[in-house]
Amino acid sequence: MAGPPVPTLSAMTFIEAQHLTKRYGEKVAVDDLSFTVRPGIVTGFLGPNGSGKSTTMRMIMGLDYPTGGRVTVNGKQYHDLDWPLREIGALLEAKAIHPGRSARAHLRMLAEANRIPPRRVGEVLELVGLASVAGQRAGKFSLGMAQRLGMAAALLGDPGVLICDEPVNGLDPDGIRWVRNLLKGLAAEGRTVFVSSHLMSEMALTADEVVVIGRGRFLAQQPVAELTARSAARFVRVRSPQLDRLRAAPDEHGAETDLEDGALTVRGMDREAIGDLAASLPVTLHELAAETASLEEAFMELTEQSIEYQGADR
Amino acid sequence: MSVTTIPAGHYGTADLVRSEWTKLRTVRSTLWTLGMTVFVGLAASGIATGVTRAHWATMPAGNRAAFDPIEVSLTGAYLGGTLLLGILGILVMSSEYATGTIRATLATAPRRPMVLAAKVLVLGVAALVVAEFTAFASFLLGQEFLTSPARSDTLSSPGALRAVTGIGLYLCVVGLLALGIAVLVRHTAGAISVYVGLILVLPIMAGALPGSLQHQVLRLLPVEIGETLINNPGPGAFAPWTGLVIMCGYAVLALAAGAVFLVRRDA
Repeated sequence: MAGPPVPTLSAMTFIEAQHLTKRYGEKVAVDDLSFTVRPGIVTGFLGPNGSGKSTTMRMIMGLDYPTGGRVTVNGKQYHDLDWPLREIGALLEAKAIHPGRSARAHLRMLAEANRIPPRRVGEVLELVGLASVAGQRAGKFSLGMAQRLGMAAALLGDPGVLICDEPVNGLDPDGIRWVRNLLKGLAAEGRTVFVSSHLMSEMALTADEVVVIGRGRFLAQQPVAELTARSAARFVRVRSPQLDRLRAAPDEHGAETDLEDGALTVRGMDREAIGDLAASLPVTLHELAAETASLEEAFMELTEQSIEYQGADR
Repeated sequence: MSVTTIPAGHYGTADLVRSEWTKLRTVRSTLWTLGMTVFVGLAASGIATGVTRAHWATMPAGNRAAFDPIEVSLTGAYLGGTLLLGILGILVMSSEYATGTIRATLATAPRRPMVLAAKVLVLGVAALVVAEFTAFASFLLGQEFLTSPARSDTLSSPGALRAVTGIGLYLCVVGLLALGIAVLVRHTAGAISVYVGLILVLPIMAGALPGSLQHQVLRLLPVEIGETLINNPGPGAFAPWTGLVIMCGYAVLALAAGAVFLVRRDA
């Protein structure tokens, strides 16, 4: 299922994957993946470990070659970018730094390759809070500091597009909050921000929209709120001292009920309808709570389907 | 949105050369390797010529006749440089794969042959300057130590200038050959194994071949070409400059194969 052709944006910063495929021998890492990442919002790239997120990001950066399809940055394949760091910044692996080189030297050698003025090195070091340790060998850096240095490298060319692979992995709560706010701020400036994670809870807080993949295949692209709302796991929890009287009633309205921990869970009826029903009986309610599925549950549901689908394929 | 104005055109070899030069000089192992090349050359020359001078009076006449002031003063620079500049050539590439900086490098410059060209230029110039300095200094120091009655040479002695400049060039080329090997092999330990095999193990294996075939194979090996350049040619060796051209051929071959691999393979 190739899906409809992806609309092409122009004169904007964006990432566009069209039927992107990557095979390693027999193993298919990325399978006919098409999506567009728009500017101005944080787009999450969600999938379990090993689902092809990192491979996709390496293909965006021109590091791995697609077996089929293509991916473009601002309408160009990575290889054809004139000044790559000025168009797209990437944080792929935080620890990809020579341990013997200082943070400043690491950034300087990157800046020089794309003729970025040296003052920019100082600016990004200041921005990520590493100015005071800029002369220290990067090998001594904690994971959090290395992650900040990686972010400084990504921002060096002041690019309109930013991609980050699992940027909060291994960070402490402070670091996580820092990354989250930085990414949101960059998106608010009108940049295209594409950030992968296997942590659904993190995506729920950071991303506006998510591209969900499983086993290298496209599963969904939609606003986070919509993904959550669509989940079949949505229900209403009801507590009442007169549960016995209430219990049978929703069934007559075509809803499903379940008794859990002394509370009644109702699927297929909304809060208003249940409230009205209780009043008509009449039954006293102690709790009437709508439980929306977490992004995690919505995501599990999507990926389980893909795994079953893959399983049936064999 | 942009903080800096974007220059016309696109990134080029000059930008990448600047970047590679920064990489080379901001890591201690590189500077250490270059410094050691000079030190080993000078120390070995000083020790070898000093010991010769001290024992000159008791040396058998045959040894005195065979004594070559050029060879003795350059052997250390040659052997030390072959090892150290070879390792430098390997590290310039393999350390990028070991640390993952290769992905940052190729993200700044996706036209990969340009990256390799910049590395060749920077390593080549650095290795050439250090190797020539080491060769000249080792030669001059050695001749200073070889006071009368021991025989000594000057740069104007027959073959002296050729040996000194030639071995400097050889060491630069051997470093580039090592770089080519590292592009192909990627891993530091693997590349060093291949390089050492080429320099040290192949001659031993060739030595096991019968007579005339042995010489025909040996003279094609880097070690024979290097020995010839420091004035110690084996039987059937190529002329010094012919040998150097053959060495250049090996380096070009390794780098060209490396460029193809670098472009074709995922980083």
